[in-house]
Amino acid sequence: MQLDRLPLNQIAVIRSIDWESLPDQEGHRLRSLGFEPGVAIEALHKGILLWRDPLAVRIGRMTVALRTKVAAAIDCEISA
Amino acid sequence: MTQMPPLVALVGNPNAGKSALFNALTGARQKIANYPGVTVERKSGRASFSDGRPVEMIDLPGAYSLDPDSLDEAVTRDVVLGNLAGHRRPDALVIVLDAGNLDNHLRFALELIAQGLPTVVALNMIDLAERDGLRLDAQALARALGVPVIETVAVRRRGLEPLMAQLDQILKAPRPVTEPVAISVGAQNQRARDIARAAIVSETAGRQWTRRLDAILLHPVGGVVILLSLLFLMFQAVYGWSEAPIGWIESGFAWLSDGIKNVMPDGLLRSFLTDGVIAGVGSVVVFLPQILILFLFILLLEASGYMTRAAFVMDRMMAAVGLSGHSFIPLLSSFACAIPGIMATRTIMDQKERLATILIAPLMTCSARLPVYTVIIGAFIPASTVGLGIGLQGLVLFGLYIAGILGAMLAAAVIQRFVTQSRTSSFLIEMPRYQWPRLGDIAINLWQRAWVFLRRAGTIIFAATIVLWALLSFPKAPDGSNVSQVEYSVAGRIADGLEPIVSPIGFNHDIALAIIPAMAAREVAVSALATVYAIDAADEDAAATSLGPKLAADWSLATALAFLAWFVFAPQCISTIAVTRRETNGWKWPIFMVSYLFVLAYAAAGITYWTARSFGL
Ligand SMILES: Nc1nc2c(ncn2[C@@H]2O[C@H](COP(=O)(O)OP(=O)(O)O)[C@@H](O)[C@H]2O)c(=O)[nH]1
Ligand SMILES: [Mg+2]
Repeated sequence: MQLDRLPLNQIAVIRSIDWESLPDQEGHRLRSLGFEPGVAIEALHKGILLWRDPLAVRIGRMTVALRTKVAAAIDCEISA
Repeated sequence: MTQMPPLVALVGNPNAGKSALFNALTGARQKIANYPGVTVERKSGRASFSDGRPVEMIDLPGAYSLDPDSLDEAVTRDVVLGNLAGHRRPDALVIVLDAGNLDNHLRFALELIAQGLPTVVALNMIDLAERDGLRLDAQALARALGVPVIETVAVRRRGLEPLMAQLDQILKAPRPVTEPVAISVGAQNQRARDIARAAIVSETAGRQWTRRLDAILLHPVGGVVILLSLLFLMFQAVYGWSEAPIGWIESGFAWLSDGIKNVMPDGLLRSFLTDGVIAGVGSVVVFLPQILILFLFILLLEASGYMTRAAFVMDRMMAAVGLSGHSFIPLLSSFACAIPGIMATRTIMDQKERLATILIAPLMTCSARLPVYTVIIGAFIPASTVGLGIGLQGLVLFGLYIAGILGAMLAAAVIQRFVTQSRTSSFLIEMPRYQWPRLGDIAINLWQRAWVFLRRAGTIIFAATIVLWALLSFPKAPDGSNVSQVEYSVAGRIADGLEPIVSPIGFNHDIALAIIPAMAAREVAVSALATVYAIDAADEDAAATSLGPKLAADWSLATALAFLAWFVFAPQCISTIAVTRRETNGWKWPIFMVSYLFVLAYAAAGITYWTARSFGL
């Protein structure tokens, strides 16, 4: 399931990231923030008003904000 | 023989507490300069070992890895690797880790340790980690990393002594320098997570303050309401809280001026001191309280961790004009002053977005415009209320801020579309945990702002007012002449030349006179007007009454409004232009910025004037 569709407060694990679809810079920053396959992730909050964008997620012990467009490149699996 | 003290670099992820640790270790003995060849700020300072031997510390820019994606990060890499020409390689590293964020921070730490420099790890923010229910084993971490680990709480000065002692030891007996070990990024990250897991003794659910607060502050509707209320409160406070201190400053300067008049005979020197120096500098220093209140809010928002939440809330709206939440923080700082705002754009990853943000930063109503706005509003807008206790004057001020913001949004959209031709913006940011701002830090910061402002008042503004006073005072109008002193002076004649250009937008002779020295700094416009009117006043009593009523008597409302509109857009600040040149590496962009802003200012003033006139004002 893509990260932007992940229900809130549901712990999941990143299965894969479609690096190709991301601009270099965002891919690089995503990596440096610790996004990579195998890492636990949880969607915490969705953005304002009707946009519901950006998204706040927990990765490791950190909260990171990212746009849904980037989140769509991250494939997650809800852990049992 | 004197030997250079060892150089120790503090390095780590953003928000690990490097600067806090640096401040705690070096105290007031700090020096701020630039790294050779780049415009990244270099903060260095002296610390000492227990026996008093000095050690030089530098506070490196925060980074996520040695593979940089910003100018700041590149400096960190170059210094650590010893690749920065003209800068010596540190003799040792202090890696600063956020104890509550080990999984993420250990990745960079492992990369740094692999460089083979003598290293101590400061396991910082232990207090916050404990607050959140985390217990760590520093010894286990030290064993896993192969370097000493010291627990610290930078802001409470905890752990500083053991840290310095450990540093002393590793500097004396450096590890043999090893070749950096090549290991794949994936494997390195896995190792970081394993080490983090092993270092955690126990973890209770904790109170999760940050998550709970975020549920409120990032709420799809509530979050927006809260942010807008905060901003509104901020601007109301700028007006409401500053009245009393402004009164004190005014009476202080009046007292000084009267004192001089009592002890000195009438003459050129007395006129220079009272009409030139005191009237000029005093009319600007009076705005110190408002500026400090604005900075107080911004510093509190930063220190509490709320600022990135504000960026989150604003992101979509900014995206509409081709920017992102990243631009929000520099732009909000620009309300205090465009200079720190423009410098804060360095954190924007996307270079096109960064450029657009720099170019529109001067449109945010900076504190230097407040003096101008306040005087004009005070003189022309009645102090009545429009219901609900909202004052008309405050409302007009709010309107001017909004005009600046709308102008900026429009400019951003046009710039991103046609100038930088950027297709997309991006928003990807770490949101730090919330915490109580430390009042000591805020106080120090505020003091630094006040000092910068007073230094400006004491230098640029002082010089500008003196020059202006001289231009206004010479040559002396002959006795009995029916031409006033202002008209007769050099400045009056320059203004005569400028007048035909600005009279179509409703500016009179005084304004033509005031906007010349205001090129140096906007707030000089007020002292310029004060000087003009003080000198033109025939008798002392007339000079003693304040500027506002005189303007109200002399200017039409249409002119006053046009003057306000001009200041919403006009790029009148030499320092901003200089900073833009520095940050964009050349004259191209500052020239572009100045030109488009002047065009906007001229158009806005003209439209305002003629609209007001058509309403018979
Ligand atoms: N509670 C607590 N806060 C800290 C500690 N160290 C730093 N801070 C705060 O954390 C925030 C980020 O610190 P700063 O030194 O600016 O981080 P830098 O980006 O690494 O320079 C600031 O608000 C500091 O006051 C600590 O040990 N305990
Ligand atoms: Mg710092």
